[in-house]
Amino acid sequence: MNGEGQAPGAVGLVGLAEPSIYARSRPGRRGVRPPAGFAPEVDVADALLGVRLREVPPGLPETSEPEVVRHFTRLSQLNYAVDTGFYPLGSCTMKHNPRIGEELAQLAGFARLHPAVPEEAAQGALELMWRLEEALCEISGMARATLQPAAGAQGELCGMLIVRAYHASRGEGRRKVIVPDSAHGTNPATAAMAGFEVVEVPSDARGGVDVGALSRALDGDTAALMLTNPNTLGLFDENIAEIARLTHEAGALLYYDGANANAILGVSRPGDMGFDIVHFNLHKTFSTPHGMGGPGAGPVAVRDFLAPFLPVPVVERRREGSRETFRFDWDRPQSIGRLRSHYGNFGVLVRAYAYIRALGAEGLRRVSEDAVLNANYLMRLVARDFDLPYDRLCKHEFVVSAKGLRERTGVRALDVAKRLLDFGYHPPTVYFPLIVEEAMMVEPTETETKETLDDFARALHAIAEEAAREPDRLREAPTRTPVRRLDEAGAARRPVVRYPAG
Amino acid sequence: MYYGPHTEEDRQAMLAFLGAETVEDLFADIPAELRLGRPLDLPEALDETALRRLFRGLAAKNADADRFVVFAGGGVADHYVPAAIAPLLARGEFLTAYTPYQPEVSQGTLAGIVEFQTMMCELTGLDVANASMYDGASATAEAALLALDQTKRSRILCPDTLPPDVRATIRTYLSGPGGEVDVVPCPEGSFTSERLQAALAARPGAYAAVVVGYPNYFGIVEDLAALCEVAHRAGALAIAYCDPIALGLLESPGALGADVAVGDGQPLGNAMSFGGPSFGFFAARDRFIRRMPGRIAGLTRDLSGREGSVLTLQTREQHIRRARATSNICTNNALNALAAAIYLALLGPAGLREVATACVQNAHAAMERLRAAGARPAFPGPFFKEWVVELPDPREDAVDRVLAVGLARGVVAGTPLAREYPALSRHLLVCVTEARTREEVERLAAVIEEAASS
Repeated sequence: MNGEGQAPGAVGLVGLAEPSIYARSRPGRRGVRPPAGFAPEVDVADALLGVRLREVPPGLPETSEPEVVRHFTRLSQLNYAVDTGFYPLGSCTMKHNPRIGEELAQLAGFARLHPAVPEEAAQGALELMWRLEEALCEISGMARATLQPAAGAQGELCGMLIVRAYHASRGEGRRKVIVPDSAHGTNPATAAMAGFEVVEVPSDARGGVDVGALSRALDGDTAALMLTNPNTLGLFDENIAEIARLTHEAGALLYYDGANANAILGVSRPGDMGFDIVHFNLHKTFSTPHGMGGPGAGPVAVRDFLAPFLPVPVVERRREGSRETFRFDWDRPQSIGRLRSHYGNFGVLVRAYAYIRALGAEGLRRVSEDAVLNANYLMRLVARDFDLPYDRLCKHEFVVSAKGLRERTGVRALDVAKRLLDFGYHPPTVYFPLIVEEAMMVEPTETETKETLDDFARALHAIAEEAAREPDRLREAPTRTPVRRLDEAGAARRPVVRYPAG
Repeated sequence: MYYGPHTEEDRQAMLAFLGAETVEDLFADIPAELRLGRPLDLPEALDETALRRLFRGLAAKNADADRFVVFAGGGVADHYVPAAIAPLLARGEFLTAYTPYQPEVSQGTLAGIVEFQTMMCELTGLDVANASMYDGASATAEAALLALDQTKRSRILCPDTLPPDVRATIRTYLSGPGGEVDVVPCPEGSFTSERLQAALAARPGAYAAVVVGYPNYFGIVEDLAALCEVAHRAGALAIAYCDPIALGLLESPGALGADVAVGDGQPLGNAMSFGGPSFGFFAARDRFIRRMPGRIAGLTRDLSGREGSVLTLQTREQHIRRARATSNICTNNALNALAAAIYLALLGPAGLREVATACVQNAHAAMERLRAAGARPAFPGPFFKEWVVELPDPREDAVDRVLAVGLARGVVAGTPLAREYPALSRHLLVCVTEARTREEVERLAAVIEEAASS
């Protein structure tokens, strides 16, 4: 469209393509006008004497506001999103994002607040942070929390550095972190980034941690065990109390990856299970928008004895009679330091706190009940066509395998996923967890209707039948999307990661 | 409020299908002793009207930039945000999508990332950029880790003119691999090649990288070309921590020799939001592409030959490489990076240059005005949009007095420095962006005068 050498037409709703913004660029075209400044008399060359200024302007597009709005609107239309359809991407908790959170986060008192305003002029922000921390501690069964980490993986890094600092404070240099073979990739990556050696333990026949293997792996050099519970198979590890006992007996700490916390709200708390450190993904469990891959927030809650190691600053409350004031505490000599600038992804914290206040205790418990109900219901529907590697109750998500389908028809989980796109669904997470062949990890979430689940299962059933009848149809899928399967190998072999500028 | 759609009939039908009596049966795998057994102790649920009341009440206690004139800086600043950005970001197709794992239905996200990467390359004068990091500080820390990995050295050198939160973040990230950060004091407010040379010579072959603010924390434009050259002579990488607005006017860090350019994207169309979310940008020379952290989108073609884009070089990343990944980063700050792409498209090269120019002009005119009010600049050296003023009031609590008078007069007078720079206990970092007016600067001058005479 608009590009030379292309056929005319193919615009509006029939056009499923949108060239780069640079294709709309013409020399001299202008978009918005920034404020001109009040001091045109100041000579910039004088003011910046001795500084090398650009001779060649950066190659940014030269476009108008209507062109920019149209371009990005059209780009948006090429995306699948929770707002446009069912998005059962396992481990990502793609539930509806209440719009009240967007409205509240955009209040000027939050969105237009500079982080360096004096504390007395940010009491509302500090109070919100303090109350969110309090709520997260209650939900997790922990004593204190930091809201600083920007995402789950940064929360993990925060947690692992706390583990290190804790052992160091006791004069111990423990080097090993244990992760199960079903763990998210961020767990081993984080442990390595925090300077630990990663030891993997296998899962047992029921999908939980192999307790025998764990007890053999635990020793005086073990710093921590990182666990997700329910785990990435969507299964609650029934041996968690025993696992916690063994871990603590070895002098190690137990870390809770909160990616799957949507299953346990108000039902069971990581603190009661024996965990010492917990991170939450606010963009998952507390329903702040995923934004195509962020911003998220990954607060970390800890037991009392680990609180001194939390990042600086933490928010403290002071009470004088009925008057409460809030302030930052920077004076924490045992702190692991800072993970980023300022106090966290505050705008995300506002949304998450709004979500918690909207639902209350009863609502949060209902979230987990309905999430688990939806997952078990859908699991039983899907198990008619796909293998269930662990046939037991699941929690908020489940994993099925296309191994049998592959053996019968030659089509793979990837093909099933791609064909789902033609049926108008975002596919589940595929090929994860790594311990299940041809894995498909499905997380329906509590905000989906029974009708949607029924229809999704019917689509999967139709695809399984197609696989037997016309396997090539799956291998060629998708055909109804803006583009078809893309050459990923070619992209990696010869990376072209930018457009030519103008 | 509850957002689930189920009626009691739905629940009963689903439970019956599962052969369960109640939803409790579905939690039978959680041992009884691990159940909470009581409701969570949380405040009562609120409807939207009550939520609005509560949150507006909290918001009203904050000195926001709609009600106060903000002269605070130090990485976050009150810049102009074009009106078209918010409605585009609010589109559900951007807002409620996730990482583009299925490229066939994520071409909007992926094309937006490639556009963003292109713009970051253009601003920084470097070859490759990633899809975003959490913020400027964590981007810098990841750049330091890249340097450690690349050079097999274990120390990072930076001046104390690099923002303190950035230095602290590098230190935290380096504590994992056991790296060290050495900080060179720069009492004159900017880093010199002589100081750099001396610091590097004190530990020959030790430094993986030198990290320099461009402009630095005090607003001063460091002599980046000279610093890069000295760093390279010592076998260290040169990492520039940049204000992206300044890059509309200043020579790009790539052209001046930087190997990696990082920075915080708040000024590019993102709300201040009490310091987050914004995003970090990360751009580098080609040869580092396979060591870079984070998502990278690349162009390719589909089966029928149509151009499209995908996440690429994923073997660097945690979901493939696990313990051997270049970083653990997964979720980044994609929506904020998109805001920057929209911002830069709306402004174009001419608009960005105008913003940068207005920053310099406003800030320098304001500096003269405050000097006339007795608040002299603490450091020599050319500055971009912020500078350090020494308050005329000789009392030790001069800063608190100015801040307090400012709040009473609707002004956030600046960023205090004493916690990080004890020698600057009577000083403020003052930031004057393109969005400020002469009248607002007069108000700040009046605040400083009033505080000194009260």
